Amino acid sequence: MKERPLIFEMSKPGRKAYSLPDCDVPHLALEDMVPRECLRDDDARLPEVSEVDVVRHFTRLSQLNYGVDSGFYPLGSCTMKYNPKVNEDVAALSGFTQVHPLQPAETVQGCLEILYRMDRLLSEITGMDSFSLQPAAGAHGEMTGLMIIKAYHQHCGDVKRNKIVVPDSAHGTNPASAAMVGFDVVEVKSNDRGEVDLEALKAVVDDTTAGLMLTNPNTLGLFEGNILEIADIVHKAGGLLYYDGANMNAILGIARPGDMGFDVVHLNLHKTFSTPHGGGGPGSGPIGVKKELEPFLPVPMVGFKDGRYYLDYDRPLSIGRVKSFYGNFGVVVKAYAYIMSMGAEGLKKVSESAVLNANYLMELLKGYYLVPYNRRCMHEFVISAQRQKEKGVSALDIAKRLMDFGFHPPTMYFPLIVKEALMIEPTETESKETLDAFADALIEIAREVEEQPEKVKGAPHTTPVRRLDEVRAARNPVLRWKP
Amino acid sequence: MGRYIPNTDQDRQEMLEKLGLHSIEQLYEDIPCQVRLKDELDLPAALSEMELVRHMKDIAAKNKTVDEYICFLGAGAYDRYIPSVVKHVLARQEFYTAYTPYQPEISQGTLQAIFEYQTMVCELTGMDVANASMYDGASALAEAVCMACQATGREKALVARSVHPQSREVVYTYSRFRGIKVHEVGYDDGRVDAQELKRLISDDVAAVVVQNPNFFGVIEVLDEIAEVVHHFGGLLVVSVNPISLALLKSPGSCGADIVVGEGQSLGNPLNFGGPYLGFMATTQRLMRRIPGRIVGQTVELSGNRAFVLTLQTREQHIRREKATSNICSNQALNALAATVYLSVLGREGLKEVALLSMRKAHYAFEKLISEAGCSSMFSAPFFDEFVVKVPVPVEELNRELLEHGIIGGYAVEKDYPELQGGWLVAVTEKRTKEEIDVLVREVGRR
Repeated sequence: MKERPLIFEMSKPGRKAYSLPDCDVPHLALEDMVPRECLRDDDARLPEVSEVDVVRHFTRLSQLNYGVDSGFYPLGSCTMKYNPKVNEDVAALSGFTQVHPLQPAETVQGCLEILYRMDRLLSEITGMDSFSLQPAAGAHGEMTGLMIIKAYHQHCGDVKRNKIVVPDSAHGTNPASAAMVGFDVVEVKSNDRGEVDLEALKAVVDDTTAGLMLTNPNTLGLFEGNILEIADIVHKAGGLLYYDGANMNAILGIARPGDMGFDVVHLNLHKTFSTPHGGGGPGSGPIGVKKELEPFLPVPMVGFKDGRYYLDYDRPLSIGRVKSFYGNFGVVVKAYAYIMSMGAEGLKKVSESAVLNANYLMELLKGYYLVPYNRRCMHEFVISAQRQKEKGVSALDIAKRLMDFGFHPPTMYFPLIVKEALMIEPTETESKETLDAFADALIEIAREVEEQPEKVKGAPHTTPVRRLDEVRAARNPVLRWKP
Repeated sequence: MGRYIPNTDQDRQEMLEKLGLHSIEQLYEDIPCQVRLKDELDLPAALSEMELVRHMKDIAAKNKTVDEYICFLGAGAYDRYIPSVVKHVLARQEFYTAYTPYQPEISQGTLQAIFEYQTMVCELTGMDVANASMYDGASALAEAVCMACQATGREKALVARSVHPQSREVVYTYSRFRGIKVHEVGYDDGRVDAQELKRLISDDVAAVVVQNPNFFGVIEVLDEIAEVVHHFGGLLVVSVNPISLALLKSPGSCGADIVVGEGQSLGNPLNFGGPYLGFMATTQRLMRRIPGRIVGQTVELSGNRAFVLTLQTREQHIRREKATSNICSNQALNALAATVYLSVLGREGLKEVALLSMRKAHYAFEKLISEAGCSSMFSAPFFDEFVVKVPVPVEELNRELLEHGIIGGYAVEKDYPELQGGWLVAVTEKRTKEEIDVLVREVGRR
């Protein structure tokens, strides 16, 4: 296949895609405005291309991608649900996009209203008391939440609490976020049911425990049935409970982290609340807390008084800012539109359908792949390719082969506690027909593993590019184009 | 109810039967009944699509926009023109509905676009390596300070007071919890006070952090600062305005070690503060210290050039608590907007945008002083944003301007009490001579 040129390789001096108005003010010479020694000697080598070049180049690139609109995208813990089109439309209203973040409050009442209402809506959905929309992503929310936990303990004079407990099934961001905030990380193991081992937990919590980070349902897609006992153990030791909201799609309207004993929650609006992932961002990772932690939320918060919304900076105990302005506002607008479209009954149906879809799909695959935790799952489940591995075919090979069937692969090799893991999250926006077709593909691949394993090991065969030499990329990094 | 859920009652029934269940309720048996929600969530009633659009339009109408008003407000977010092409490329579902490009075989579009983005950031900043983008300019700056501390094994940073106040706040927040000490360096005539810097620097300083053009719009002399920092074995961290880099000397050529900046100006609408993108670039030497996603070039089996996420051993999903940062996403779509914007403007267009903005800003500055009773606060050269002292209280002036259809400048006294009456005015390429004349006339009336 022919290589695709980089935009720089299409460049030709004199070609241009822009048109700007003539300068209507005095044409001061550059040197009269800035001393020569502050000016650059050589131009930045940006491409010189025509408008049609730009459009065709990026259109061609887009065609090499696979989006949720292209097909089924069962990435575990990523909640790749359909991104409603109308939400894109309303977020693109000029009344939202053409507003400067530092305009006077009386000129941005609509934006503040969205932020204020979202605080209320998310608080109700999670059972928390107050939300900040400032964090830009899930990991950013985790970091913010852990800062709040640390600030709280310090405020209470409880300065020796320097440990955060995370289960061995936790997302990699959990320990990384804890380290960002200067905590030591203590891992607690899971039991043979795939849940936090209570005895192991008791053994690691003490008066140095700042908190426990937990995803519930956890990354195996299993609900931590002992959640009240877990909360009790942590709280009795003086620690706080942090809810990683990556898996919230399982329990909307069913159960709330706030009622389970969690003190701090982050949500991923780009997962549970349908905003598109954008090829890696922008997301939004709002952070919610219980009453006693409210004073520590980032500044500013949005208040409402005498019929007006305002930005509240008078928060002396706040951890401070974690981002400029007020978060990824444009993403928040889309999530707000989603919640307003669904209502309470709709959100509950989202979770019920997500859980039913996952259980149904797991049932279809049971006879063909090892299911390490063979019990009812929530919105996602983990299968293992250990049996296939005995034939020399890995989870990676199976994932790649799925592309030839027109599907995006599931999350691979996660959680770390399952060998050859494939983590599958179908979401509620998929039909039974799609689930059947996906199961058929995986069953067909299981058959191929028996009959013609080389076909699977050489996959994918039909994608825009074949497997890549990733080792070469890391050993001999080429991270930019050079002429 | 339950829009976007395709399965019918019949489907649900069949699926439950396959599971040997008779009700959805049974799926939730693992959840202890004490935590099961007894009542329905207390949320507003669901809206149909038509009702939703009306509702959203009603809320949006409560805002005043830079389409209706003439905007002279900048201070970190800028009302610039976005070529139509940007919006059309971003609307392609293959870009905006895709996940992080973990599966390179079906993500070459995102990966190649990021590779092109990284190249453009390197070209503008004069650095060797750029990451795939971060949450915004302020958090990128905070990450840069953390990176400098990791790289030098030191735990102290000197931050110029002429750095954006919000960026400084984010630096303080990140630093405080990691035990990094931050001290401020004052300014003199709007620029970093070189004497004070020399007094404060020592061999336990990991990073000196400056912004160029700085918060006041003033152009800093980076070479001198770099020399001082490097003499003490520290790293120079510079936050830049990417548009200015079309004309101004690149921080890389001045000796910067880490360069970050707010990329909103590059094709991203104001959006009430986000989503934007932060960019980050560094030297070859610090390549493996940089946080965030990075795309590298490699080959596919057949030998053709292809792209992949690389240097992942720095990252959280491999290193967990030992990662360089917890960040595991980038602002991919905003970075794509920047890439398309820079492709459209290109080598000549970006210089034109910068020069237009700069000339208009200088015109506005001269007129405000000669005809509107303002006085200059600093004599140092500026780019397309400047501080003047206004003859009336700033908030009062801004209120009155608003009544005349103008969004006025930023009151710097909020963050710099010593600069009473200081008004930070931004003039982008979008402002016309006529609009500037209206501003001058209205200010002059006070």
